[in-house]
Amino acid sequence: MQQHFQGSALARALVVGAALAVGAVAGTPVSAQAEGDTIVLGSAISITGKYSQEGKNASDGYNFAVKRINEMGGVKIKGKTYKLAIKYYDDESTPARTAQLLERIINQDGIKYILGPYGSGPTKAAAPVTEKYKIPMVESEGASRSLFTQGYRYMFAALSTSDQYLAPVIDLADELARKSGKNPSDMKIGMAFENDPFSLDVRQGVVDQAKKFNMKIVVDDKMPRDLSDISATLTKMKALRPDIIVFSGHTKGATTATRQMKELGVNASIVAMTHCESAKLTTQFGAASEGILCPTQWAETLKYKDDVFGTAMDYNKAFLAAHPDYKIVPYQAAQGSGAVEIWADAFRRAQSLDTEKLRDALAATDMQTFYGNIKFSAEGNNIAKPMVLRQIQGGKYVVVAPTKYASEPVVYPRKAVQ
Amino acid sequence: MTRRSLTLHLLILAAGIAAPFLFPGHTVQFAVFWIFVLFAQTWDTMGGQMGYNSLGNITFFGLGMYICAVVQIGLVYNVGEYTAATGAIKVDFTNQQYYTGLALGVFLAAIGPTIVAAILSWILLGLRGPYFAIGTLGVAIAAAELTSAWSWVGGGSGISMPVFPGGPGMRERFFYAACMLAAVLCYLFLRWLYSTRFSLAINAIRDDEDKAEALGLHTVRYKTVAWSVSAFFLGIAGALFGNMTGFIEPLETAYPTLTFGIFMVAMTLLGGKGTLWGPIIGATLFYTVRELTWTYLLGWQYIALGVLIIVNVVYFQQGVLGWLQARKPHWFGIHVDTRPDRVAKAGSKP
Amino acid sequence: MWDNLQILGNAPVFNIQLLLNGMSVGAVFALVAYGLALVWGVTSVKNLAQGDFVMMGGYLGYELSRHGIHPMVAIVPVAILMFAYGWLIYRLIIRRVIQLDLFTSLLATFGLAITMQQVLNLVFGPDVRTLKSGFGRFEMFGGMVDITQIRVIAFGMCLVLAVAMVLFLKKSRMGQAIRATAQDPRAARVLGVNTDIVYALTFSINSAICGVAGVIIAMIWVIQPFYGIAYSVRAFVIVTAAGLGNFPAVIATALGLGVLEQYSGFVLGAQFQQATVVGLLLLILVWRQTLLRRHRLSLQ
Repeated sequence: MQQHFQGSALARALVVGAALAVGAVAGTPVSAQAEGDTIVLGSAISITGKYSQEGKNASDGYNFAVKRINEMGGVKIKGKTYKLAIKYYDDESTPARTAQLLERIINQDGIKYILGPYGSGPTKAAAPVTEKYKIPMVESEGASRSLFTQGYRYMFAALSTSDQYLAPVIDLADELARKSGKNPSDMKIGMAFENDPFSLDVRQGVVDQAKKFNMKIVVDDKMPRDLSDISATLTKMKALRPDIIVFSGHTKGATTATRQMKELGVNASIVAMTHCESAKLTTQFGAASEGILCPTQWAETLKYKDDVFGTAMDYNKAFLAAHPDYKIVPYQAAQGSGAVEIWADAFRRAQSLDTEKLRDALAATDMQTFYGNIKFSAEGNNIAKPMVLRQIQGGKYVVVAPTKYASEPVVYPRKAVQ
Repeated sequence: MTRRSLTLHLLILAAGIAAPFLFPGHTVQFAVFWIFVLFAQTWDTMGGQMGYNSLGNITFFGLGMYICAVVQIGLVYNVGEYTAATGAIKVDFTNQQYYTGLALGVFLAAIGPTIVAAILSWILLGLRGPYFAIGTLGVAIAAAELTSAWSWVGGGSGISMPVFPGGPGMRERFFYAACMLAAVLCYLFLRWLYSTRFSLAINAIRDDEDKAEALGLHTVRYKTVAWSVSAFFLGIAGALFGNMTGFIEPLETAYPTLTFGIFMVAMTLLGGKGTLWGPIIGATLFYTVRELTWTYLLGWQYIALGVLIIVNVVYFQQGVLGWLQARKPHWFGIHVDTRPDRVAKAGSKP
Repeated sequence: MWDNLQILGNAPVFNIQLLLNGMSVGAVFALVAYGLALVWGVTSVKNLAQGDFVMMGGYLGYELSRHGIHPMVAIVPVAILMFAYGWLIYRLIIRRVIQLDLFTSLLATFGLAITMQQVLNLVFGPDVRTLKSGFGRFEMFGGMVDITQIRVIAFGMCLVLAVAMVLFLKKSRMGQAIRATAQDPRAARVLGVNTDIVYALTFSINSAICGVAGVIIAMIWVIQPFYGIAYSVRAFVIVTAAGLGNFPAVIATALGLGVLEQYSGFVLGAQFQQATVVGLLLLILVWRQTLLRRHRLSLQ
């Protein structure tokens, strides 16, 4: 028993040596607030992991806006022109990693301007870090309402909050029911949500609206993250025949739901789900996706415009031209571009690189972008941009609600898929 | 302890204390390093010393994390309300509340998993070899799934941890010190433990459990204690990690079976299991490689990791320490008798 | 939960839906499980990468379908390609861990699993993918019960493969060699069996079976580089419960597991499905252990 203590002298040396090696590799912190003529923004985002598709959508949006702004001459501060650049790290879709990487971005890389990660979980982990270091973060991919109840002063969210995603569906259901002479509180709701922060917030929004109209929820299942089979849940829906069916389970949830609804012959007069676009429902499922309602943060038919991209339709055209691997523009990309525009606008108004001045400038934002109107509440969320509902009609996404933005009337009730 | 080894111990301690001041930007990463060291050591107690390879030790890590969170929050607020998706309450912990919560939380995070380990021992320790491994993996997955389904602790939405009072910089150093302390205490404790008859007993269990039982060893008792020791330290690590990260949730942060859970094993194998320093060396090497690949081989990091595990397991079984022992046995106090006309006495293995 | 049970009581036709869904799911699990059992029984290697072999098969099928080959037809080339891949992996990795202790082989295949997942992710991206079989569905009981034709086909294929495997092992020379090696490798070697080839063949057959399962899964559900683990876990549960040598038991257990999952999803809620599977695993392990302990005690 005694021997191994003596002999591990070498072992100890190895440990010390390795520790020093780590230190050497770590190097000295670099102050990257503005190197020469470049303003560097930092982002820990899902390059790999379960949100890597959405992370790619978002980062493509970030990059597209940076490129366009730089082409247009960059950002002028006190007469000097700066180009924008983004430094990315992979948070592997894991909140713990997001927090660690942000510490590194802020402390080691010395970056003072943050673009948010993808997803409510990672954003929830990121916000306390940026708050602690008083580093402003503009995020456009973390919609959880609980992000905005903590009184964060350094986080600004361009997107509508998660509880608003499917709540308009219930409003619409109420409206349609009354129009066709039915009593809204007779309507039954069947729903399934993935068990993660974002989807559960979406669920809460639905639950709150249902309570408001006195509608009964007859199926309320949570989809575990690794399963791609919801046939048991759908069998329940078949048995209980809800009038409204809603799903939120990110891209995988939308794919699985659409396919299995068709396979099991499940339908309702109103069917809604999130992430239709990222699931590419129209191309994957064709006729089986007809009539599905899809909330979106942004639609290219909306009448917003700005000086960087023009109208929403202009952005749509330009993005698709620059990214041939996309058939439609996912709203995560549009949001990402919007976030960069917000930063650029803040730099211009603050005419400074100082984080406190920028924070104040961000808080005072009041602008229209191709993505939507941007105005932040005291808690940091965007109160000027509503969620929009689109319906798949003839293989295309058509805005149907809120009615003042609608391009077409909603098709109701949804026809069963053959 | 010899003078030379004492010096080396102190050198390492000094390096550990100096690190956050020399490289302040990396403090949190270094804290994770200490957690890795703790992971490897505790895994080795069961796997290397006792031969019971557990793939589910991460259960105690996650349990500790959640217990600490619940205690920290529950002392001041209603946990159910705190974690609810709506109507979030305005949260403001005073310094005193935070520190008492943390202290009590860490304490209970150590005790809780220990008790759970004792219970699990009773259920699972009758299984041998790969069945034990699979069984423990099952427990870890079940823990993650059940926690996800439990809305009182936030379910899939997770829990936002109370914010550390004190300025930036202080928080990282505080948790770094705590993690380092946990790892060092674990080392000292295990070092003592391995010098007692306890280690002889668990090694006997590893070498041949049936014979050990036949010789009158209360194997059940030893196995339970070994696992409880691991659980104790893992619980503390979980509590600290949860606070450091700021936001916890079941599948990836608390019960990451496919990452941390397996890293524990890989690190120990890399360094050489069944020795005191093997796991520590393994943890250091593994951690270094991981940080390097994460930064410079982005997109390929897991491939590099997978290949490392395969190579290690297939070609390099005995780990770094074992390899060194074979090459330079005299460094380890093993005397190999090379006189040609005597039967070679291989000396006792540590 | 009670409401859901009531539904089953009031409208028994839904039991049929659950049964049919469950058995078609179970049939696919059965495929994955007997490959695992075969490898485990013959080589003692517990292949933690089983689910990832399945995913790889699915992706190969996907790639072939992008070149216009119908997935059902693609099954044959996929099986061949996966067989070759299995042989390669055997030569590089598995061969060296067979003689080593059992936990080591577990870890080696785990390393393989991680590598395969990441390579698939890099090559195909993290999107979920699905294949169109182009088949319709059967409606029964006035539309109350639906089952897609592809599920019925999958069920049929599993049965056919099961019978084929059993016949192969019982009647052919190679099958006998495999069984001999499983029983006692040293004795088999003494009798002239080339155990190395037997091991390679076994592992490659497993790889091919996984490939076929993968294509089927892509047609019925979705594939994604990181979804393999769900299938690995279930395969392990089934093999642990059914025991290694007993193919009929593997099928029965697999079907049972599929049905149990559907029922637990229906009655308790989908969030408990995975927990049910894992809980079952633990129960079986513990029950096994109590049986063994009683056996040991009775010997004393």
